[in-house]
Amino acid sequence: MKKIYLPISLTVALMSTAVISPVLASDDQGLTIMQERKLRDTGWRSNEATLEMRLTNAQGQTSTRNLRMKSLEVKGDGDKSLSIFDTPHDVKGTAFLSFSHVTGADDQWLYLPALKRVKRIASRNKSGPFMGSEFAYEDLSSFEVEKYNYRYLGEADIGGEKTWKIENIPTDQYSGYSKLITWIDQQHYRVLKTEYYDRKSALLKTLTFSNYQAYEVRQELDGENKRFWRANLLAVENHQTGKSTQLNFSEYRFDTGLSEADFNKSKLKRAR
Amino acid sequence: MKSYFAAALLSAIHLPAIAVEMQGSISLQQRSFIESAQFAHQGDHQTSIAIEPEFYLPWHDGQDAFIFTPFARLDSLDDERSHWDIQEAKWVHLRDDWEFELGVGIVFWGVTESQHLVDVINQTDQVETVNGDRKLGQPMAHLSLIRDWGVLDAFVLPGFRERTFTGEKGRLRTPLVVNTNQARYESSAKAQHIDFALRWSRTLGDWDVGLAGFKGTDREPILQPVGQNELAPYYQQMWQVSTDIQATLGEWLWKIEALHKEGQFEHYQAGVAGFEYTLIGLADSNIDLGLLSEYNWDRRGLNANTPYQNDLFLGTRLVFNDVDGSELLLGVARDLEQMSYSGRIEGSTRFGQHWRLNLEAWLFYSSEANDPLYSWKDDDMLSINLEYFF
Repeated sequence: MKKIYLPISLTVALMSTAVISPVLASDDQGLTIMQERKLRDTGWRSNEATLEMRLTNAQGQTSTRNLRMKSLEVKGDGDKSLSIFDTPHDVKGTAFLSFSHVTGADDQWLYLPALKRVKRIASRNKSGPFMGSEFAYEDLSSFEVEKYNYRYLGEADIGGEKTWKIENIPTDQYSGYSKLITWIDQQHYRVLKTEYYDRKSALLKTLTFSNYQAYEVRQELDGENKRFWRANLLAVENHQTGKSTQLNFSEYRFDTGLSEADFNKSKLKRAR
Repeated sequence: MKSYFAAALLSAIHLPAIAVEMQGSISLQQRSFIESAQFAHQGDHQTSIAIEPEFYLPWHDGQDAFIFTPFARLDSLDDERSHWDIQEAKWVHLRDDWEFELGVGIVFWGVTESQHLVDVINQTDQVETVNGDRKLGQPMAHLSLIRDWGVLDAFVLPGFRERTFTGEKGRLRTPLVVNTNQARYESSAKAQHIDFALRWSRTLGDWDVGLAGFKGTDREPILQPVGQNELAPYYQQMWQVSTDIQATLGEWLWKIEALHKEGQFEHYQAGVAGFEYTLIGLADSNIDLGLLSEYNWDRRGLNANTPYQNDLFLGTRLVFNDVDGSELLLGVARDLEQMSYSGRIEGSTRFGQHWRLNLEAWLFYSSEANDPLYSWKDDDMLSINLEYFF
């Protein structure tokens, strides 16, 4: 076994870092890739999408639900999103508003149409399942560089595409994961695959992104069109329960005129 | 044929293209009362069906819409519970920073669970549910200003809705039957009195704050004896100011509702305050466990016509986070001054895409004849509700 002798001062420094915070700071290469990923996905302003969620249990029985999602890019913080449920029919009209934040808990409101009531809900539930699916709330919230510390793990091929493999360690103590491993394609900085590890460091689930499509959005700064990639199919498989969930996006539309006003909690009861 | 008709209609009156969307539900309900009735003529079982379709007709890309939601229930036992209502029949006009609605609608104010103290716009449809969380449609002109400094809602409320009361054969009623045909009013305008309400609400970080004022006909009637063995509702004029505040701090929700109310005969304060704590992922499962506790207080003490004068509510909510959206709710409200309590167990789950089953049990106990709950003490109930959503 090869022994590496570190200078005592560095050893002490490393040990004390480990004691103060078990999470090591990002390495340069991992951080640079993730910063570039965020940069390439900045400037889309807003979008709307229609999606079908297909839940499959361990016995292979499926059930589906339909929803619409509206998202607003927020500069300097996490994005705002509004989800409106169309099926199952008993939750039709239920609307979920979320302001995700780079640090700290998200702000979340739920509109219950039967009672005409807007309810602010506890937001530390980011590790909880979204609508009974294998997606947790935090899986669907916007990607922000500050949410993780990064470690570059090397290169890998995913379906013929060259990727970088990067370890993400959540900075939020309320995350349901000990770490994520993401595969980022080297050409467009899109995530092709993510593995989620539970708090006990066991592999929990694998999320794959496919059917990527590019959308062009005109940039306010230079008037040029910028391309944004969105996966039309997200499939997550839970290795511990055998359950899986597919998200099928059918209608991505950018720049539909959404503004801050559409994400006000008082607008929730109007969501259609 | 349809398209031809639509085209003819369009060319005739130059309306933009419109299409009506419909959704709603039909439900079948069975209520069974376990103990023998306390009062004469009361039955032990009641079966009912209810229907509530909602029609939504948008135009100008949804900036304007007409919403129409009628409701009807047909009950096998209680003629008063067989009733219908227009829950919504309104035109709404939506802008980014203001909204206007005109017609019949339902508005909810408040944050607490054990009672909805400050929720004053709509009349309670008391025959519908045990805890009175079902409301009747209220005619209104409602303007909302949505600004940086918060949301201001102004209401002009013409036309008053009288509360519904259980009939002679029904359970969960007062010892003497309330004759709603004998309703009396303080105002000479009676049900035509025009009421006003104003509410300001705002989110400040983790805090959601509301302040409201209301002036007009009291939704809560004073029940007065008439004739030999009947009660008549008397609707006084009143004004009230109220506040409702929720702090959302991690897993903790802290809630308070309070009001000051001045009526014809008395003025008083009342409040409800408590918390809801959510334990996420109980024992490494997907189940969330919510623990609720709220204290209800009314300055009038035992003279109050509410069971919530000095009562502690304890509840727990299990959210299974499963495919069928299953939930289980347990709650107990205990009077701290006299031996009186009510308990509730409610569970619900979905079947397929369209069906939802709801099971509910209520238990009542009271040993004091002056307690509002005393007349319900033999009305322990099991209820099954099967609802089809379309």
